[in-house]
Amino acid sequence: MSKELRAADLAADRPRVAGNFALSLLERPDVLGYLLMLPAAFIIFFFVAYPFGWGVWMSLTNKQVGMAWSQVKFIGLQNYVDLVTTDGVFWITAWNSFVYTGIATLIKWILGIWLAVLLNRMIRFQRVIRAAVLLPWIVPTVLSTIAFLWIFDPDFSVINWTLRRFYSWMGWGYVRGPLWLGDPTLALASVTFVNIWRGTPFYAISFLAGLQTISPDLYEAAAIDGATGWQRFWHVTLPGIKPITVVVLVFSIIVTFSDFQIVYVLTRGGPANSTHLFATYAYQVAMIGSRLGLGAAVSLFMFPVLALVIIYQLIYLRREQA
Amino acid sequence: MAQSPVGESFAKRLIVYHLPLFFFLLFALFPFYWMLVTSIKSTHETYNREVNPYVPVACAQTIAGQARSLSFNGSALMENCFYHWRTLLRDTLFLRWLRNTLFVAIVSTLISLFAGVTSAYALARLRFRGAGAFGLLIFITYLVPPTLLFIPLSDVIGNLPLFHRNLLNSPWALIVAYPTFLVPFCVWLLTGYFRTIPKELEEAAMIDGATRIQAMIRIVLPLAVPGLLSAAMFAFTLSANEFLYALVFIYDNANKTVPVGVVSELIKGDVFYWGELMSGALLGSVPVALIYSFFVEHYVAGMTGAVKG
Repeated sequence: MSKELRAADLAADRPRVAGNFALSLLERPDVLGYLLMLPAAFIIFFFVAYPFGWGVWMSLTNKQVGMAWSQVKFIGLQNYVDLVTTDGVFWITAWNSFVYTGIATLIKWILGIWLAVLLNRMIRFQRVIRAAVLLPWIVPTVLSTIAFLWIFDPDFSVINWTLRRFYSWMGWGYVRGPLWLGDPTLALASVTFVNIWRGTPFYAISFLAGLQTISPDLYEAAAIDGATGWQRFWHVTLPGIKPITVVVLVFSIIVTFSDFQIVYVLTRGGPANSTHLFATYAYQVAMIGSRLGLGAAVSLFMFPVLALVIIYQLIYLRREQA
Repeated sequence: MAQSPVGESFAKRLIVYHLPLFFFLLFALFPFYWMLVTSIKSTHETYNREVNPYVPVACAQTIAGQARSLSFNGSALMENCFYHWRTLLRDTLFLRWLRNTLFVAIVSTLISLFAGVTSAYALARLRFRGAGAFGLLIFITYLVPPTLLFIPLSDVIGNLPLFHRNLLNSPWALIVAYPTFLVPFCVWLLTGYFRTIPKELEEAAMIDGATRIQAMIRIVLPLAVPGLLSAAMFAFTLSANEFLYALVFIYDNANKTVPVGVVSELIKGDVFYWGELMSGALLGSVPVALIYSFFVEHYVAGMTGAVKG
């Protein structure tokens, strides 16, 4: 019995539905499909697509907070040109964003695999240890970053207290300890450190899931062939978690590159605008400096990088499915 | 896994396995220990560079003294250990922020779950023109970060034509904004979940005379309850953790959420109320952490399911 025939029979058996035109429309997969898509489509159109377009338009104007509509002027690419040519902070911001993303992603990746391998062979206290290791990724980022703000405090840093004790215990004399957030390079390193702290559990738990899909037979076969622990890691473990690695890296690069909270809480972009990322600089220009058009332009500079990463992900997924 | 620990010497296990794991745990947990210790120290201890900062001396002595003499003195405990907690709960708007956070998180989760269920069902079950393109659009939206949209979105939400008053500075601004990242997340998670439910169950119900919508509501949704629950929990925690929109869209102290309230109201210029900040950070983290740790296995399962395609 073909599908069409069955549907026709059913419709005939049910005069209630057949008699009601609206209800019978709902039995058609296309009509029902569009109807069910409507809520999500509404939200995405009005609160994602439209604001994105609006943001592009804003970035082409001189719009400021509280400016009357009659004064808002279309100025073409002037904001972008100003940022690239005359703005002193923009290039520092761009450089920081790439350094922050590059270094943090690399270290999170390495630590994440290491931690996943450790967690994978654990037997005792398994659930408790996994939950504990996950905490940094789970709790609200600003709240945990406040703890780091106090850990990096210029006067009362616990790291510096420990360093001081260690130096005098070794008989090396007095050491003040570095100003973790007061020096441009050190501040960027501190911010990157907190990002690594927060992101490593996400890598580890995802890789752990990947490790558990690798068949034990592969390890046994490798062991029979005389492979050492490292060889097994390179030739069995790493290829085994490759699919999930791509997803995790793409997701993590996007989140890290567009990060806001850690820098906002720890340095607000300081000292002297040396630790801004695109997001925090956009916030400073638009919300503190009131220049909405220019701020929109700053945040749109993230777009090409995000688009490249997303396109790579889509191509990769398509190739895997084929 | 085939890497059996049997046959390895204790020294090797210690160096290769136990020590690294210990340092990972230390690395992960130290900031939380630091929150706790700072929140139960007196202000005097906090700002004394000579005493050992790792131990809350006054509080520890109070507890040890009471334990030794087997006498419980609540007010001494309150003064020496929970002074900052009391200040936070009594003298700041923390509880108000908590209520705002819960309200925003619950309402935006419900909205997102509804939109997520309908779309996910359509994508998983119905064949119609444009379904593939729509799935792609949702996937891309999932990857768009809030930092790309917050400036124009505040403009858009401030000028919504449907509402008579400006939504900015009210919880509704966040309830409108949060579904932008929650809906794609729910669709992604639930589409995978619906695909694991056998089609035959619905088809049998429809042969017995149920309409497609009846089959969806009576057959598929009850079977999808675990998936719905984990989607709801993740949506809830994602909205409770959100910071940027809450920072930009809300100005009045009384309307803030916990993350924004703690950061902006307990730091006044150069004055940091460290005890209260740490109590707030701890109290704001605990509920989310508890919810998450119960559901994280589902998240991982969903993630690997998505990867396996």
